[in-house]
Amino acid sequence: MPAPPESDGGAEGVGREAGLRDAPLPQVPLPQVPLPEVPLPEVPLHEWPLWEVFVRPRRGLSHTHSGSLHAPDAKLALQNARDLYTRRQEGVSIWVVRSTDITASTADQKNSFFDPAGDKVYRHPTFYEIPDGVEHL
Amino acid sequence: MSETALRPAVARYCLGLGDDALVLAQRLCEWAAGAPAIEEDIALMNIALDLIGQARSFLSHAGELEGAGRTEDDLAFGRDERDFLNVQIVELANGDFGTTMARQLLFSAYQYQLYSALSSSADEQITAIAAKAVKEVAYHREHAASWVLRLGDGTEESHARMAAGLEVVWPFAGELFEPLEPLEPLEPLDSDDSDGTRHSLGAGSVVNELFTTTCAPRQDSDTGRSAGRSDDSGPVGLLDARIIADPASLYRPWLGYVQSVLTEATLEVPSTTWSPGGGRRGLHTEGFGYLLAEMQHLHRSYPGVTW
Amino acid sequence: MTAQVSPDLDAEFDALIAADQRIEPRDWMPEAYRATLVRQIAQHAHSEIIGMQPEGNWLTRAPSLLRKAILIAKVQDEAGHGLYLYGAAETLGVSKDDLLDLLHAGRQRYSSIFNYPTLTWADVGAIGWLVDGAAIMNQIPLTRCSYGPYARAMVRICKEESFHQRQGFELLLTLTRGTDVQRAMAQDAVNRWWWPSLMMFGPPDSDSPHSGQSMAWGIKRVSNDELRQRFVDICVPQSEALGLELPDPDLRWNEERGHYEYGEIDWSEFKRVLAGDGPCNRQRLAKRVAANREGRWVRDAANAYAAKHDRSLNSKEADRAGAA
Repeated sequence: MPAPPESDGGAEGVGREAGLRDAPLPQVPLPQVPLPEVPLPEVPLHEWPLWEVFVRPRRGLSHTHSGSLHAPDAKLALQNARDLYTRRQEGVSIWVVRSTDITASTADQKNSFFDPAGDKVYRHPTFYEIPDGVEHL
Repeated sequence: MSETALRPAVARYCLGLGDDALVLAQRLCEWAAGAPAIEEDIALMNIALDLIGQARSFLSHAGELEGAGRTEDDLAFGRDERDFLNVQIVELANGDFGTTMARQLLFSAYQYQLYSALSSSADEQITAIAAKAVKEVAYHREHAASWVLRLGDGTEESHARMAAGLEVVWPFAGELFEPLEPLEPLEPLDSDDSDGTRHSLGAGSVVNELFTTTCAPRQDSDTGRSAGRSDDSGPVGLLDARIIADPASLYRPWLGYVQSVLTEATLEVPSTTWSPGGGRRGLHTEGFGYLLAEMQHLHRSYPGVTW
Repeated sequence: MTAQVSPDLDAEFDALIAADQRIEPRDWMPEAYRATLVRQIAQHAHSEIIGMQPEGNWLTRAPSLLRKAILIAKVQDEAGHGLYLYGAAETLGVSKDDLLDLLHAGRQRYSSIFNYPTLTWADVGAIGWLVDGAAIMNQIPLTRCSYGPYARAMVRICKEESFHQRQGFELLLTLTRGTDVQRAMAQDAVNRWWWPSLMMFGPPDSDSPHSGQSMAWGIKRVSNDELRQRFVDICVPQSEALGLELPDPDLRWNEERGHYEYGEIDWSEFKRVLAGDGPCNRQRLAKRVAANREGRWVRDAANAYAAKHDRSLNSKEADRAGAA
């Protein structure tokens, strides 16, 4: 065995082996000892805010709502969204929006808010009769 | 130097990169169902999965180059500790989340530089692997940096833990940028070879600079060039053939990135003169034997069967 | 909660259910409907999270790199499924953290199947084939559940789940086509996982207090016994393809009924495990509680960082990411 180097600046090649001999014991994981009693949580969990995730799966398509997730900020929300909602396809684009930033129409408004378009059938192509043989309409 | 003559060296090089990825994936698997948040379980598994992919690619390629019929599994499960060529940083115990993220930051940042360089390797297979892997590790690096930032610049406790984690892993970063090993076995350590060929491992100015941040780089009579320059089948041959990346060349861009993250995270670059290493020569930490035992046990218990 | 419930709201809700339409988050719904869904979705989510443990147990020991990769992907999926489901539950006005609190305090449950140990590599295959198989059987009808977010989460989960079952089956097939030791390992695993898998469908219909109302509300679409019967009918031919015996001496084809008869389930075991005395209950929960406790400083740090920094600094991160 070589003698350990006298000074710090000694030949690093030799010092390296000496360094390994001095290496601290790594943290060897202890076997899992199951706890005898299920402990109650000491402190309540801290909430990360909720975000809604919208993904454009391919060019040519719109962003659609994929679901929600929790993250402390926008950057991690984006990363989490990528891991959670695009594992199986390369989403082309992801939007994350704080759920509290979304303004939604309410269930109460459902009837009045949306134009009861049932009486404006002329907006639909099926309303119009086109004689047979006329093309490209 | 003919391509055939270089093959053993390229095989050995690929083994090292494959082992790096495999061992780190193994460590990350230990976090399953135990991460600080379920979202983070997913993220860590994602990194592990990418690394397994890289390991499989490099080990397969190494086996092909070796030409002895060893498959990726033969290599992963059939070699002993002294034949594993991973750097030591990847085998470090996970510690707490701060230590894990410190390890991930330093290593993914290295892999990013490495794979960027290897994307133009003269070995087509290496190029293909690197071109895919560089996108993966760009994400790993970004993920690790995000956490180092938040832990460094979070609470007092997280700052302390993050700094402590960094102290644990930092000394192991030097090995990443060491010149590569020559292929021939080393001469006995008490040789009075004084031209510095063997001792240039780590005596290169790059590595010294890394660990004496308050000192000027050592003026060393050694060339700092890769060892084994007299033998073209070694690393110098691989460099000249533009097959591999010179580890020393990765250091500056790596340091630039890492320092910017640490600064923003209000963390200091640790100063240490301790530079452990030897992984690329098959010398590992004491924990490594346990890691391999766990990983290989089932496969080794039933040799030759299909799983 | 207002005392007077408008009869219109009640009628509208009933009409939607009757028309097999989806109830969405902002719709009015009976409190009992909401509570039932929260309980069921939460239990489902907790099951996914706890379910990471028995299989996670073999990540570091998988006997080939391909199997390791497959198992990592599977465990990752389970975490993801848990999160989809917590997300669905949250649309009902609870927070994921509250639900996890309840899990940690032992006040909400997860599927008892995960209280059994994975003792050999073959157990990973048995879980994929039987446990995921049973889960899929439960989940497909849930894609038509009356509550929109839950149904949509189930669609997403079912798409991802089909690989889980196939990889389990294929893992066992590789074993049964292998050596005697491997075949014995596979048979041993199936011997231990078969009966608990049948219990996954819950108590017999006659003994199932919640079922009636859940069916009326479109939360539950098929009864426990019917699902269990379907499962047995599917598994028997699959077991034959595997060359494995199901550990039930009473298993036989009934030509008249067009179904397989199967033996008596030991419901006392089911009740014991449900009550907390299965082999792994304490261990599973303890690991989950420990992960939560030990991760608290990390979650706190993330919140502290977010509070300190505003959007302008998030873009600084983006600059560095772009420049690098």
